[in-house]
Amino acid sequence: MRFAILVFPGSNCDHDAYHVVRHVLGEEGAFVWHQERSLDGFDAVIIPGGFSYGDYLRTGAIARFSPIMSAVQKFAQQGRPVMGICNGFQILVEAGLLPGALISNRSLRFISRIVHLKPEGNSSLFTAGLDANRTYRMPIAHQSGNYVISPDALNRLERNGQIAFRYATPAGEVFPEANPNGSVSNIAGVLNREKNVLGLMPHPERAAETIVGSDDGLALFKSMVGYG
Amino acid sequence: MRALIYITPKEGILDPQGLTVGKALRSLGMEEVTGVRMGKYIEMELPGITSKKAEKITRQACDRLLANLNIESYRFEIVEET
Repeated sequence: MRFAILVFPGSNCDHDAYHVVRHVLGEEGAFVWHQERSLDGFDAVIIPGGFSYGDYLRTGAIARFSPIMSAVQKFAQQGRPVMGICNGFQILVEAGLLPGALISNRSLRFISRIVHLKPEGNSSLFTAGLDANRTYRMPIAHQSGNYVISPDALNRLERNGQIAFRYATPAGEVFPEANPNGSVSNIAGVLNREKNVLGLMPHPERAAETIVGSDDGLALFKSMVGYG
Repeated sequence: MRALIYITPKEGILDPQGLTVGKALRSLGMEEVTGVRMGKYIEMELPGITSKKAEKITRQACDRLLANLNIESYRFEIVEET
């Protein structure tokens, strides 16, 4: 499977994603600069974390107008996999490829710590290889990860199975005290209606080898490869 | 022309900054302050065009980039440049 890893001015998790794709999974991958206009020859897109355009105006608000994003829109419409991690998630909501919005953490602080995620099911190509009865341990590192959405739209997400992950206790209980940033219903990651676009605030690419403390994130990448 | 643009979080959208600043004001003794909403103020220069045209461009700028209509609302004034 050939992964495109997008690079914006201010991306800083692009190399981590590349490392996981190439060296941990042994798949093909290449960086794609945001001024490019084509994703021809790629089977999946990763929009990595970072601070694209310095988070000016709103996180992801300016990156969504980069030339490559028109190609990402098309790629997603064709049903091919697009995963946005952290700032990548923020770019996808600003681009309208995912519902809702991400605002400042409730604490107004940058939070960098390990969280536990409960997959809401395993019906998407990103979660097919995951066990919905356990939790996945990986880091978050963000200032604006507080997911907001109108009550009506939240109901639609729940009904359509578009909630991919929720923040939970290590035992898998979705409790308010496991919610690091104030996200509605402890939401950590969402899917589009067709379930080929995933956005999540936690960093699976930083939890893909036991030497860095956890390899729980690898399951997401393996699911994508299994799909391809 | 000059556009004076005010962008604020929509009613019902959590505003963590406004909540925190409101608490700080009350702790300073200004208990009369029951709510604070924080947003952005943007000025845009649009020289050499009519106010009607300036209004149209400003609305476009707000809808497409300056505001996220999922969570924010905006209002603006067009004034003569001084």
